[in-house]
Amino acid sequence: MLGYLIRRVVYAAFAVWAVSIISFFIINLPPGDYVTSYIAQLAIQGNIIGAEEAESLREYYGLDQPIYVQYLKWMNQIRQGNLGFSFEFGLPVNDVIGERLILTMILAAATIVFIWIVAIPIGILSAVRQYSIWDHTFTFFGFVGLAVPDFMLALVMMYFSFVLFDFSVGGLFSPEYVSASWSLGRGIDLAQHMIIPIIILGTAGTASLIRITRANLLDELRKPYVATARAKGLSEWRLILKYPVRMALNPAISLTAYILPFLVSGSIVVSVVLGLPTVGPILLKALVAQDMFLAGGIILLIGWMTVVGTFLSDLLLVWADPRVKFEGR
Amino acid sequence: MQTPESESVVTEQDTVTEPLLSVQDLQTYFFTDEGTVKAVDGASFDVYAGQTLGIVGESGCGKSITAKSILQIIDRPGRIIGGQVKFSPDGAAVQNLLELEPNGPEIRSIRGGEISMIFQEPMTSFSPIHTFGNQIIEAIRLHSSLDKIEAHELAVDWMRRVGIPTPETRMSEYAYQFSGGQRQRAMIAMALCTEPRVLIADEPTTALDVTTQAQILDLLQTLQKQNDMAIVFITHDLGVIAEVADIVAVMYLGKVVEIGPVESIFSSPKHPYSKALLSSMPTIDAAHRERMPSITGAIPHPQNRPSGCAFHPRCPSYMSDICGLKEPELVSVGTDQQASCFLYGRD
Amino acid sequence: MESNPVEHELALEMEDTVEERISVASQRQLIWWRFRKHRVAVVATAIIVIFYTMVIFADFLATNVPADSEAFRGLMPPQPVHIFDGWKPSPHVCAVSGARNPITFQKDYVTDCTEKIQVRLFARGYEYKLLGVIPTDRHLLGMSDDTLRPEDHIYLLGTDKQGRDMYSRLLFGTRISLTIGLFGVVLSLVLGIVLGAISGFYGGLIDNLIQRLVEITRSIPSIPLYMGIAAAFPHDWSILKIYFAITIIISLFAWTDLARVVRGRFLTMRDEDFVTAAMLSGANQRRIIFRHMLPSFYSHIIAAATLALPLMIIAETTLSFLGLGLRPPAISWGTLLQDAQNVQTIALTPWLMIPALPVILVILALNFMGDGLRDAADPYSN
Repeated sequence: MLGYLIRRVVYAAFAVWAVSIISFFIINLPPGDYVTSYIAQLAIQGNIIGAEEAESLREYYGLDQPIYVQYLKWMNQIRQGNLGFSFEFGLPVNDVIGERLILTMILAAATIVFIWIVAIPIGILSAVRQYSIWDHTFTFFGFVGLAVPDFMLALVMMYFSFVLFDFSVGGLFSPEYVSASWSLGRGIDLAQHMIIPIIILGTAGTASLIRITRANLLDELRKPYVATARAKGLSEWRLILKYPVRMALNPAISLTAYILPFLVSGSIVVSVVLGLPTVGPILLKALVAQDMFLAGGIILLIGWMTVVGTFLSDLLLVWADPRVKFEGR
Repeated sequence: MQTPESESVVTEQDTVTEPLLSVQDLQTYFFTDEGTVKAVDGASFDVYAGQTLGIVGESGCGKSITAKSILQIIDRPGRIIGGQVKFSPDGAAVQNLLELEPNGPEIRSIRGGEISMIFQEPMTSFSPIHTFGNQIIEAIRLHSSLDKIEAHELAVDWMRRVGIPTPETRMSEYAYQFSGGQRQRAMIAMALCTEPRVLIADEPTTALDVTTQAQILDLLQTLQKQNDMAIVFITHDLGVIAEVADIVAVMYLGKVVEIGPVESIFSSPKHPYSKALLSSMPTIDAAHRERMPSITGAIPHPQNRPSGCAFHPRCPSYMSDICGLKEPELVSVGTDQQASCFLYGRD
Repeated sequence: MESNPVEHELALEMEDTVEERISVASQRQLIWWRFRKHRVAVVATAIIVIFYTMVIFADFLATNVPADSEAFRGLMPPQPVHIFDGWKPSPHVCAVSGARNPITFQKDYVTDCTEKIQVRLFARGYEYKLLGVIPTDRHLLGMSDDTLRPEDHIYLLGTDKQGRDMYSRLLFGTRISLTIGLFGVVLSLVLGIVLGAISGFYGGLIDNLIQRLVEITRSIPSIPLYMGIAAAFPHDWSILKIYFAITIIISLFAWTDLARVVRGRFLTMRDEDFVTAAMLSGANQRRIIFRHMLPSFYSHIIAAATLALPLMIIAETTLSFLGLGLRPPAISWGTLLQDAQNVQTIALTPWLMIPALPVILVILALNFMGDGLRDAADPYSN
């Protein structure tokens, strides 16, 4: 088990580093350096900055130094919890992101819970009653769910809720709670507003989890230990739930780690369409305005968040599958 | 049917007792997209308390399906479509197991209770993510009213009886932590902890090395004596059959082609298939550099079951006027020995 | 093993003709037979073929120049084709005329079915080059010349805000979206096969490194990265430049699935007898990989590529939808759907949502087709 854990930690650390490199790369992609953009931004507001001042700013950000020094300076800054300054919002990046990152995480986590609650029972039913009308129905919806891109699902949901229920989907809070501090009421309000985004975000994941659960369970149902358990005199459902389902859950846990990046990707797009106060809309805004410290900061944080989430589901697998502990797969 | 009066007259030596388990004309077919496969097509045999019936045949002859059919644990798309499995444990009324609802409570109380089963692959026959203790205790509690602690003690006791050292600690271990032989011992403990009357052993030693194999066979025979249990022992290994069986049934393509006491079958097999099977067994006194005899041809594809006697395309004594046209019935060919072949009667 | 000739003949007689057919069939035939059994996949394949035909003949199928805009006919509702006029077959569309509402200042359109615009096949329209070479002005569908009045127009799927024909735009959008996916797949195939083959064939340290690379690429959310990179494209880049840049970014992240498939195949195949035989007979490694190993699982690669294609299409559509991918005047499914971003538009002018249908249809069909191919790629799996 120790070997497995060490390997996982090393991979995670490596991924954390890779994400930081990519984020830094993206920050440096647009032509011209940060200070030039900043000065141009200030000039629009009527503040002219002298060449000397610009030079000292460049020095502060290390822009006169080689690229790896800049990277190290940036990382050092982040280590102190400072993501830089967003000129688009005129605020430190930390303040811009603020609660939005937490809401992004809550949305992703709640979607995973939703996926599990919906997909596992359906997957079991489809496998145990293979080729039944339920199986065919769910298989078809699974395909459709996988095929429809998140943003399109969001558009369609928005259209139908507007046409059929005269209800416009959007935001994560009712007006009175938008800038209120956290309370039970705000939590409930959030939960109500999250239902539709969760369904939109969770559809593709649910579809793939149903497919995986069904396929694995069908495999497991053919294994000799099922015959053994049946020969013991266990009743069919008790048997299925105790043995093959339990086995089929392991790949489902692995799949969760695999879905997570897609969920985060999807939440960005869906948030833009539905106007959710997650990091999605400000990432888009930052990118369009080429406010690179803000954009890079967001990409860095959601990248790290995903790495941590994947790592956690790897740990979950150790707990769920005793073989991992000993074989150290 | 026996009456209590006649039972008192019967002595130990007389074998005129009722069979514990009697399989008659069992038919199990698999309905696949490509066609129907008659995996078991009219198998019949009797099993008596304290005796071992060996079922032998090449792979694909329907041995394992026969065993699973007795307990009605055939996987889809298989279905038992005919025959009877009569079970009468120690004087109780004869019950046809095939008439019980496939997953109903009656058959489930017999499965693993009065009739237990052990399988070929001890590695995959245990759940890899549940401890042995968990799985054995489950078997015990399904068929008794013991509480968790009592069941645990009984399970440990059985682990000890089958020769697993330090059973207390091994109870909390997993299948992959055991050696092959120990896994099969644990499997035997799990099957026998409910004190069944019949044990169906489906190739229990095939996956084991020769030394371990011998130990497991010894263990089974010892436990059989202790409980006066009947064993249905399925294998393709004639050496093993010779060692454990009292009665031998030879199966070919879903049918019992010959059945009789082990000595008679081995000394004077009557059915051409039995003869061929036995002559393909290596012997220690075979002439030097002699070519090992083998059965010509291969087992036909199960969907292309030959007409008439299924063995006729491979049979050295093939008679063109009848073998491919009519199906032979089992006929008596010696003391307690029956074979289905037109060499021994043409009706 | 020996057998006497009489028995042998008997055994042969027993053999089913079907079995014989299977045993002599080529790999390709086996795959085709299995694929054909998969009805849904066959239908899906037909749909894909139709769509790519539309890609090739987009000009011919279009009724208007997709970029032609005229503000006064913006947001016009669709004019469906009526085949019968009463009982008489006479294909036509109804005339639509608009006037500005004096109170709301909205443009209101009235469909007037007493005024019929006759429609015919192979009508004359704008000039273009068929397949890029043959100059012509014939289009599959158009208004009949003889009855044409100057104010007549035909917008089968309505118009967008700038008064451009949605139907023709959709055809050209399909062309861009479907080819961008195709180029992306080819690029990631190259990456995936090369890296997967190296990984699976050599194993060891190289394999380990490439596998970590795959793992990390997969564990990072791709859309934000696409967005980040796409946002950095200079605004003065041409459509073509952006088109290829997007293809490259998408395939930079999409090769991992293909690499996994290829590697898995290589690992199982490395120990197969025919590979050992090739090695023993002194074939060099490149020959073993490309002559012996790759051909034996090209069907798996095709299946994997088919399944990767919808992901590419979704990626492009999403990026363009967000305004970070292709930008107007380029037309793709994503840029078309950009107009349908808010609820009001959708509710008042639902035909702007029509481009969503081909997206869903094509992605579904590609998934079904890929699934069928993947199942068929293992002809011996039963």
